[in-house]
Amino acid sequence: MSRRAPVAFWTGFGVVLALLIVAPLVLPEFWRRFVTEILIWGLLAMSSDILIGYTGMISFGHSAFFGLGMYGAAAALLSVRPPNLWLALLYGLVAAAVVAVFVAYFSTRLRDIYFSITTLVFSQIFYVIIFTWTAVTGGENGLTFSRPALGIPGLFSVAFDSNTLHWFVLAVVTVSYLVLRRITQSPFGMVLQSIRENEPRTRAVGYAVERYKIVAVMLSGVFAGLAGVLYALQNRFAAPDFVFFVVSGEVVIFNVMGGIGTLVGPIVGAAFFLLLREGFSRFFTEFYLIPVGIIFTAMVIFMPQGLLGFLRRRLNQ
Amino acid sequence: MSGGASPATPLVTVEGIHTYYGKSHILHGVSLEVGPGEVVGLLGRNGVGKSTTLKTVMGLVRPSQGEVRYEGGTITGLAPHRLARLGIGYVPEDRRIFRLLTVMENLRTGLDRTGVDDQRKQALLDKVYQYFPVLADRRNQAGGTLSGGEQQMLAIARAMMLEPKIILLDEPTEGLMPRMVTQIRQIIEALHREGVAILLVEQNVPLTLEACQRIYLMEKGMVRHQATAAALRADAAVIHQYMGV
Amino acid sequence: MPILLDQIVIQTINGIVTGMILALVASGLTLIFGIMDVVNFAHGELFMLGAYVGVTTIVATGSFWLALLVATVVIGLLGAIIQVTTLRPLLGRDPLTTILATFGLSLVLQNYALWQFGPVARKIPEPFTGHFSLFYLDYPWYRLVIAGLSAAIIGALWLFLKFGTYGIWIRATTQDRVMASAMGIPVPWVHTAVFAIGAGMAAASGVLFGPLVGVNHAMGLDWVLKAFIVVVVGGMGNLGGSIAAAIFVSLLEAYASLWVSPAQAVIVSFVVLILTLLFRPTGLFVPTPK
Repeated sequence: MSRRAPVAFWTGFGVVLALLIVAPLVLPEFWRRFVTEILIWGLLAMSSDILIGYTGMISFGHSAFFGLGMYGAAAALLSVRPPNLWLALLYGLVAAAVVAVFVAYFSTRLRDIYFSITTLVFSQIFYVIIFTWTAVTGGENGLTFSRPALGIPGLFSVAFDSNTLHWFVLAVVTVSYLVLRRITQSPFGMVLQSIRENEPRTRAVGYAVERYKIVAVMLSGVFAGLAGVLYALQNRFAAPDFVFFVVSGEVVIFNVMGGIGTLVGPIVGAAFFLLLREGFSRFFTEFYLIPVGIIFTAMVIFMPQGLLGFLRRRLNQ
Repeated sequence: MSGGASPATPLVTVEGIHTYYGKSHILHGVSLEVGPGEVVGLLGRNGVGKSTTLKTVMGLVRPSQGEVRYEGGTITGLAPHRLARLGIGYVPEDRRIFRLLTVMENLRTGLDRTGVDDQRKQALLDKVYQYFPVLADRRNQAGGTLSGGEQQMLAIARAMMLEPKIILLDEPTEGLMPRMVTQIRQIIEALHREGVAILLVEQNVPLTLEACQRIYLMEKGMVRHQATAAALRADAAVIHQYMGV
Repeated sequence: MPILLDQIVIQTINGIVTGMILALVASGLTLIFGIMDVVNFAHGELFMLGAYVGVTTIVATGSFWLALLVATVVIGLLGAIIQVTTLRPLLGRDPLTTILATFGLSLVLQNYALWQFGPVARKIPEPFTGHFSLFYLDYPWYRLVIAGLSAAIIGALWLFLKFGTYGIWIRATTQDRVMASAMGIPVPWVHTAVFAIGAGMAAASGVLFGPLVGVNHAMGLDWVLKAFIVVVVGGMGNLGGSIAAAIFVSLLEAYASLWVSPAQAVIVSFVVLILTLLFRPTGLFVPTPK
């Protein structure tokens, strides 16, 4: 939904990208990982924006897609020797896609609140399954595994270090952003937005709204799963906590804080939230959610367009 | 605007109201007046903004421009429940009685006010049952089980429970049989005798001519013409012009 | 299947007990939704905070019944404050913003409780001990009393709504908010009052339920989810429906836990929800609209 002139946009894009490429070289280890985490959560939030911002469906179920992507990657990395990066990606994306189809089938026929509650319930169903099926998923303790090498079998193989992992994540997130941006600006994306604006009218005009919604959920789910795979690669473990619906809630917070319907907004929101968490943790230790929660609630009331919307209005004045 | 004596100290004044529904500009500067105890009619075709005018007076819709005054004080933008307490009664198009509440409970929504003792409440109820015996019979029945005409009676009775100084009546005879239309006319007369002012929105021209003292004619979101009922009875052509009847 | 009759009877009683408490929580939720279209994500936290206020009162005074009263009143007031400060400004906006706002609130309240009371679970002692023999179990009287009390509170609510001026105001506002306002009913305050009542009821459930489980900051999460399921299955805004649904779902879960672990028995309620949404989306206990 960016209305900035293409030149300004690509310039800004280039600048940010350059900064992110250089980041790991100049930042201390902790902040290096921090930036990588922002990118991963940002990707997750971006995927959720497809539903929240563009189609108008608030999903509380993204933790399921994220978690399944994570566990899918874990499965690949634990079952196939030597651990293969691309297999991990494949398993993770497929797992997330399967879950997405499942969730999409049931929940897209419902509107608004019922959709949100159903997605929430689904993420809880998967949480319970993962939590209790200890034999396969490691239950409460999750799974740990080692990071695969970056490589193409037969051509080269390089172990990931902190920097190369960051660049890999950056590459994946950047490509994802560009792909999603292209999609949202395509005719398909326009239909999604028209569903958000006025669903009955879109239906009356002749669009098979349910089908568009299902595709939107699947698209959203696959990219969320991708974020899960990246997270697994970064942290080398998978845990049921990430499937719990509170994670979905945090994703929604990223979206709202950054500005829904902008793709970039959610990444900004994720960064903002994580920075707030970092900052408040210094003072409030693990109770950072008290001030952050207050800020979030206040933003819902007073700044519903999110940070991006707020900045945009300021710049336009 | 041709003549028609307007009262010196009006009860309700609507001045230069502009109202929007979303992006649609419905009212383009409506102005009118109702004097104490006066029965004033508002005629016009479908969609000219008659109902919207009443809703603006009742605070159900906020005007973007203009002012509404009641008993000299500005009431624009006040919440409807304040206006009801001040003495403005509202009987909407499509009646909107509380379908799941009994007739008695419907009446009580207006009757249960602070500062009204039980004696006065009983007197109000008795009066209303006198005007509308059918409601007395059905007092414990759910509102939704009443016929269209009975619901209209209930809607008017309910507004009367507020002991209002003015009642805003929106198309009370729509969809009613001729016998009921006569009953409505008699109610309006009875209310007028009690000194209650009425702002009557209608499409039924003969009824309006009989019941009202002054009539405003609306077209496309504005008041175009104002005259006494007597003058309009004499000159039907003016009405045809605005009603297309 | 060697499941004995006595196990079924025991689980039936357990199911009804849990069901009544769930009904108490869900009634507040459905009342709030019915009257102002607010999906109160913070409801579970009100339940939890009620339990904590109960704990604090008992520690201070030793009286369970006083704790019940104090918790209801204090959390009711908190509910009123929340409604006025956070929800009134959102009136007229997209209803999904209230979900977000109440979600934000739930995070704040939950972590506030964690901060104030710590992660260790507290206990509310049963107001009286005493068991009776139920087959091979010593079944505590207390459980039956809670179920009875919950039913009594819900009954009192029903009476309040049915008779009395304020009950009429609440019902009128639920049916037609605009017309209620036009009849002089102070709708914004009715909303506040209903939210406060819902909060108070959640708090009461928290105190009543306290002796059955430990009181900790996360107890709200499970309940909010279950309460939502119950509200949807019962028909949103439908008081009788949510009570029936609460008992129905709790019974099913109680029976299910004869076969699977309690953590997995939870799936039962999810399945019921999904089936309801697929086949009778207006609610299982609501007559299908003609």
